[in-house]
Amino acid sequence: MSTPEKCACGNDDEDGLIERLEEIISSYKETPGALIPVLQATQSLFGYIPQKAILKISEILNEPLSSIFGVITFYSFFSLKPRGKYLIRVCMGTACYVQGANEVLTALQQQLEIKVGETTPDKLFTLDIGRCFGACGLAPIIMVNDDVHQFVKSSAVAKIIKNYRLHEPKTVEVQS
Amino acid sequence: MMDLNKLMCPIKSSSELLALHQTIIDSKEFKSDKIYICAGGGCIASGSMKVKDAIAAQLEQAQLNDKISIVETGCLGPCALGPVMIIGKDETFYQNVKPKDAHEIVEQHIKGDTIVERLIHPVGEKKVAKRSDIPFFKNQKKDVLRNCGKINPTKIADYISFGGYQALSKVLTEMTSEKVVSEVTISGLRGRGGAGFPTGVKWGYASKSKDPIKYILCNADEGDPGAFMDRSILEGDPHSVLEGMIIGAYAIGSSQGYIYVRAEYPLAVERFQIAIDQAREFGLLGENILGSGFNFDLEIRKGSGAFVCGEETALMVSIEGKRGEPRPRPPFPAEKGLWNKPTVLNNVETFSNIPQLILEGGEHYAKTGTDKSKGTKIFALAGTVKVSGLVEVAVGTPLRELVFDIGGGISTGKKYKAAQIGGPSGGCIPEQHLDVPLDYESLNSLGAIMGSGGLIVMDESSCMVDVARFFMEFVQEESCGKCTPCREGTARMLDLLNKICDGNGEMSDLDELEKLSGTVKNASLCGLGQTAPNPFQSTFRYFKEEYIEHIRDKKCRTAVCKSLIKFEILDACNGCQSCKKVCPVEAILGDKKQQHIINTDLCIRCGLCLSTCKFDAIIKY
Repeated sequence: MSTPEKCACGNDDEDGLIERLEEIISSYKETPGALIPVLQATQSLFGYIPQKAILKISEILNEPLSSIFGVITFYSFFSLKPRGKYLIRVCMGTACYVQGANEVLTALQQQLEIKVGETTPDKLFTLDIGRCFGACGLAPIIMVNDDVHQFVKSSAVAKIIKNYRLHEPKTVEVQS
Repeated sequence: MMDLNKLMCPIKSSSELLALHQTIIDSKEFKSDKIYICAGGGCIASGSMKVKDAIAAQLEQAQLNDKISIVETGCLGPCALGPVMIIGKDETFYQNVKPKDAHEIVEQHIKGDTIVERLIHPVGEKKVAKRSDIPFFKNQKKDVLRNCGKINPTKIADYISFGGYQALSKVLTEMTSEKVVSEVTISGLRGRGGAGFPTGVKWGYASKSKDPIKYILCNADEGDPGAFMDRSILEGDPHSVLEGMIIGAYAIGSSQGYIYVRAEYPLAVERFQIAIDQAREFGLLGENILGSGFNFDLEIRKGSGAFVCGEETALMVSIEGKRGEPRPRPPFPAEKGLWNKPTVLNNVETFSNIPQLILEGGEHYAKTGTDKSKGTKIFALAGTVKVSGLVEVAVGTPLRELVFDIGGGISTGKKYKAAQIGGPSGGCIPEQHLDVPLDYESLNSLGAIMGSGGLIVMDESSCMVDVARFFMEFVQEESCGKCTPCREGTARMLDLLNKICDGNGEMSDLDELEKLSGTVKNASLCGLGQTAPNPFQSTFRYFKEEYIEHIRDKKCRTAVCKSLIKFEILDACNGCQSCKKVCPVEAILGDKKQQHIINTDLCIRCGLCLSTCKFDAIIKY
């Protein structure tokens, strides 16, 4: 998933984004099977799928609200709740799992004091699990937005979080 | 790279394509010395782009930048050793290269012909410099990955220079669609997505349909955890997949295709889109391809994080913009697929096989492999092997060769326990079957499947009950819920496996699990449910004693199952208090410089103390 263009934690002007969304939806009007690409664009625009976006999609694509809601809840990449600035995804693919991804996840939950799927009160971090990012040679890995952290040990988790929290850098070196 | 747009664009005929090929291979740049730097997803994550910049800067400083060109290639294979690179002139393979090594590489090796010893690959006691002498590479047969590591995947000229689009040209000028289908049938190529259905037969069904609208789809929804072959092909040689799809479209008479790529693979999407745009610009995609009158176009559709969409009918429903729930077959997609039109769906690797197959002929292709399974297969080798990464071998190569010769054996110094092959639909191969040839039939007879090619090696520290539980949790979560056997059956099986891992299992649970396995397998609607019991069944078949230990003795011999393990602090503890500080539940007691103890009643077995202790004073058992 790409990094949200706008993060949902601040006071972004969602009404302005709705206008942009309208243009996007209209450009898909003639595309067969447009609903999913439109929802992907919405997710990327807002960082989640707000109710007013669903209403707009329903109106322009002439799709019943119920079927849009059905599609959103089916796919794990669509979120009805705003997410934190940093989406931390712990790979729980087989290679990562047998190399200790579970311990990394436990450490993250303790560090952030949230469970999987939740967002920290400061709206900085959302914790989620991923199903294999296809970088199994580097297991275990976690992804923070689009940054890959490889060979992560549970003892290194605190440092990774701290780096994002304090400096919010683009990449953090992780010792292998 | 030279400005190809000025050469000839779009290409209007086969002879123009040949002329372009000649122009490229005659160019100064094509003949120049090269440095190949891996720009596969793994190496980029390890920092290969910074290494590339550093090398480029050094070359410029040494005024060699017009004599030596850097090629950013697709995955070279050994991902865990990244960033990796190859010096073209003598094929030296460097691993774990850092930007600060660039100066030495250019000064010492490029200018002075002396290899930088500390960056070359160790094999046992020795260090081996040349790529073709390294066991990881030497024991592979790179047919499908022939360009991966040689070309820049974002440059169509690189692909054309190695014979790219010649197969398409041959098909459009010399072959009827029937001839293409028969050539693929003769080759014996079977679908690389997992099930192994003969590709030629599938194409044959669809080509016979009289419907004027047909679709060709490429399944790049590589959802099996532990599999990254398709990702690497799309990132490393996207044009080969594209060419395969155009040839497939010609064979069945389709003018519109879709490739469905996982959303987790942004780089693959980006590179494939570049390939599509270039192919269009060069007249290799779109209307009147190579002046033949044949029209075909292609669109990327991104997945949205649903494993079940890797199932062919679910994938089609998802492209239609709906919940990705499978539908019953028949009718089969060759008759009624996407938007109820005849549809052929093949996997990325399958399409990538096609161009070479067409150029060399089906009979030649069939010379590699076994009686019933032809060609090569790419595996994503991961887990506890010394050299993990992407490998391609002839179908039928023994598993032992893959793990011990190519992978270099077990990385942890422990013993081999099992290889999990085929992901959540597959099974485990124990030590006594290490010599099994990797082909569809042999693997099936052991309760595993070829699958898409994910191969995870596990050493003695993996608990096989936990592995079964892991996969059951995966399929249970990913079950779409449409049919009851899969929705309820996998949930019930997961309950039972959790119960056993938590130390509450009873012997009767095993009978229940076996019974449920049969039901889920036989009654589920699609492949996800039909194969969901495989990980349990195969671990139960080969590691029954571990299940019994968990139930009867309340013991997990590998100390993986949390409820069954204990932590203990040994005499080696010097009272540094590190563990006491990290313990989230204050279960560790003891004063500074005094040996600490763990209150097992409070301990939640998170293992933080163990990973924090620098004195090896904490054990778990």
